[in-house]
Amino acid sequence: MLKITNGEIYDPINGINGDILDLWVEDGRVVATGEYHEGRAPDEVIDAAGAVVMPGGVDIHAHIAGSKVNLGRKLRPEDHRKDVVPKTKVTRSGVGYSVPTTHVTGYRYAAMGYTTVMEAAVPPLGARHSHEELGDIPLMDKGCYTLMGNNHFVLKFIERGEQDKVRAFVSWLLGATKGYAVKIVNPGGTDSWKWGKNVSGIDDQTIDFKVTPRQILTALVRAHEKLGLPHSIHLHCNNLGVPGNYRTTLQTMEALGESKVHITHGQFNSYGGKSWADFHSEAPAVAEYVNKHSNITLDAGQVVFGDVTTMTADGPWQARLHRLSGNKWVNSDVEMETGAGIVPYRFCRGNLVNAIQWTIGLELMLLIEDPWRVFLTTDHPNAGPFMHYPQIIKILMSKDCRDRMLAGCPKGVRGRTVLESLKREYSLSEIAIITRAGTAKALGLKNKGHLGPGADADIAVYPKDSDKERMFSSPSYVLKGGEVIVKDGKVVKSVQGRTIYVELPPEKWIEDEIKEDFERFYSVSWANYPVQDAYLKKSEVVKCG
Amino acid sequence: MQITDVICPFCGCLCDDIELIIEDRKILKARRGCAISRDLFLNHDNNLAEPMIDGNVVTVNEAVEEASAILSRSINPLIYGLSSTTNEAVHKAIELAELLGGNIDTTSSVCHAPTSLALQAEGEVTCSLGEIKNRADLLIFWGCNPAEAHPRHFVRYSTESKGQFIPNGRKNRSIVVVDIRRTRTAKTADIFLQISPNRDYACLQVLRAIIKNEIPDCQEVAGIPVGDLVDLAERMKGCKFGVLFFGLGLTMTVGKYLTVAAALALVRDLNKFTKFSVMPMRGHFNVTGADSVLTWESGFPYAVNFSRGYPRYGPGEFSSVDLLARREVDAALIVASDPRANFPSQAARVLTEIPMVAIDPHRSKTTEAAKVVIPTAAAGISAEGTAYRMDGIPIRLRKVVDSQYPSDEDVLGMILERITS
Repeated sequence: MLKITNGEIYDPINGINGDILDLWVEDGRVVATGEYHEGRAPDEVIDAAGAVVMPGGVDIHAHIAGSKVNLGRKLRPEDHRKDVVPKTKVTRSGVGYSVPTTHVTGYRYAAMGYTTVMEAAVPPLGARHSHEELGDIPLMDKGCYTLMGNNHFVLKFIERGEQDKVRAFVSWLLGATKGYAVKIVNPGGTDSWKWGKNVSGIDDQTIDFKVTPRQILTALVRAHEKLGLPHSIHLHCNNLGVPGNYRTTLQTMEALGESKVHITHGQFNSYGGKSWADFHSEAPAVAEYVNKHSNITLDAGQVVFGDVTTMTADGPWQARLHRLSGNKWVNSDVEMETGAGIVPYRFCRGNLVNAIQWTIGLELMLLIEDPWRVFLTTDHPNAGPFMHYPQIIKILMSKDCRDRMLAGCPKGVRGRTVLESLKREYSLSEIAIITRAGTAKALGLKNKGHLGPGADADIAVYPKDSDKERMFSSPSYVLKGGEVIVKDGKVVKSVQGRTIYVELPPEKWIEDEIKEDFERFYSVSWANYPVQDAYLKKSEVVKCG
Repeated sequence: MQITDVICPFCGCLCDDIELIIEDRKILKARRGCAISRDLFLNHDNNLAEPMIDGNVVTVNEAVEEASAILSRSINPLIYGLSSTTNEAVHKAIELAELLGGNIDTTSSVCHAPTSLALQAEGEVTCSLGEIKNRADLLIFWGCNPAEAHPRHFVRYSTESKGQFIPNGRKNRSIVVVDIRRTRTAKTADIFLQISPNRDYACLQVLRAIIKNEIPDCQEVAGIPVGDLVDLAERMKGCKFGVLFFGLGLTMTVGKYLTVAAALALVRDLNKFTKFSVMPMRGHFNVTGADSVLTWESGFPYAVNFSRGYPRYGPGEFSSVDLLARREVDAALIVASDPRANFPSQAARVLTEIPMVAIDPHRSKTTEAAKVVIPTAAAGISAEGTAYRMDGIPIRLRKVVDSQYPSDEDVLGMILERITS
């Protein structure tokens, strides 16, 4: 039995907003908050006086494990050399900065008080690789989003109007990949990229299948609604990165009506202008729509000035970024399923476009009123390394800080953004929501993101500090499943987290519908395709449907 | 007993459709694979290594004990090989290298390391092998000989394969081979361009110019008539989906990574005109996996050193041949490879002059020269685990017969435990 005492508890899911309460933990779970009358004395007491106590952070979107992440690592020895991480008695060595090694990924998340992270994009044929890497990331609980928006079978069934097969296939594929959620990236576009093309908008047909992104989205959302999955469809919209793409984002959200959807890294899809010359923020338009439609959640994809490694399943976008930047480029198309592209990039404060991009993420987070529907991410490692989340927290909590940073941006930013006029400052409770309570709720992770009885004892203790970046960079304690893993910002114990995946009622009949094409067009055997249990040594199953 | 969908643990094709007939711990029949695969499976229990110290047979535990002693005593050990074992074993080898503050390197060091260096400079435009089967109508084999080195590559993934948009296989494709000699692969080509040795860099860069309509003002480049190069450029730009396959003919010729970088850049440039991908023909069945695990744990794909307590990348400095030739390592742990047979003679000789531990299912020149030999269960035959195909696709190897010996993963785990305690 462990007691955390004297801390200011922030547990928004349970309505606790800074009260000083005791927190009781036993057998890896929170047992009670406040008074606890079991009569036993605690075996261990953590004094959290002068500190804020929150559930461990839950990152709803990051690229941390899998073939494209690893290609990104391989591509960037120059990124690694400047951020080496020596081993300690408790921790393995590695390298960091924009594409950290597996061990360092786990340690750095823990060092910020995060305890759960979701791998944002897994190609089914490479799912084994994602699970291998996830298995190698210490300390975090994790899950995968399975890519589906450019899948041969999904597109084929939609083209034929066979909605029931779409649904059964989505279910089957989640099972075969041990996925947690359905991910869609540039629906239709990444498939057309197999011939070097893209889709120009949601009503543009793909090359090999006469289907449009609108049809793909509608069909997948309908299928998803029948499956009872804990997290909504997770969507990277068409036309990412292109000036004027906010229209595509609005059209996409309109097309989905009242259906629940999560729009990821909204910053990259809130662009106005006809070209880079008149590029400006349309975050207000996107935020207004999100404010009026409670079925939508969105994560920011906030830019952090400095080096990044862009990597997405949006092959055509990545090719475009390569041409724009002249930087080296990796492309990797995956048969029957999806693709990937990687391009290193640098966001420079002195670059007008980059500075506007920086304001856009902040505008989204400040203009979307309901903190339960907007989340803090950097689409790591696309807009910034995850380890800079504390910097973003500071910016959200302080208008002064924003003004100082804006002062260092090109003057042209003023006329193209509204950030300067936004006075809102996030409270600690709202920060807790956008980094843990809200993300856990949107993910449907019932035992995460809160400190009520039965919650996983994933807890972060942050010593109060007027410098919020410092505060959230150096928790005095982090607990994972009730064990202290971090003290004063340093990892003191390495434990293995769980991979969380969904389990749906089996629908074997769909296998007959896909086996023929599979055997003809895939380059692996049917029997060797699904992810075997050996890759899920420590796991947690969420039963659905 | 018949087992289907077995994965062949030999080359980078990682064919996963092998059928075996097994009885009494012996593989009696091996179907569908190439001749090399058949030989591998049918002779799985021939020429097995035995646990040895200084040529005397000992127990596995005694061999592990001695190996652990050698490695803990050493100041700058080298762990090398890893391309013919599972990812799970590679994982343990890295942990060991870090614990010892030593060096770790894979066989790509003498093979496709220049491809890694070139990728780090230029990037890489590629795809999975099934994409090639389904879409590619122009295949260029440059400095590689899959007819002999990757025997089922043509029928499963390339020349002969039938795919979604290439329903007639070979008939829907044009095959070009560029090589210094008329190999068996060259005989399968529609067009064979015999290039002068050591002139690939020039040829590749000239092709990059030609596709931009900059025709060189000479008769031939690299021994090939300019007209043929112009024709090749037209075919490349005009195809629907082209692929450039390459092997040691590019990685180990003059220029090494610069030559490969020129090839990667050519393929990238071609994407301005059409869809084009490159495919390095990785040799061993899990060299890609070894590279991958080393990359995700250390940040770098080969030639990694841990002597400062964190990973440092040093092609030329920490790559095995260089470390050995300069006598900078004082002990070696060789896992799943045969450097004594494959390395340049000076480096190979130094291997025999330092205490060497060899972990291998079979006897080899390396095990013969080793101070300590630890036999293991062969990956993909008597030990299961993960391997990555040449295109990075992960497949789980099966265990089809028992072995009396532990796996590479287990043995490395035993050594780790012994040294830590």
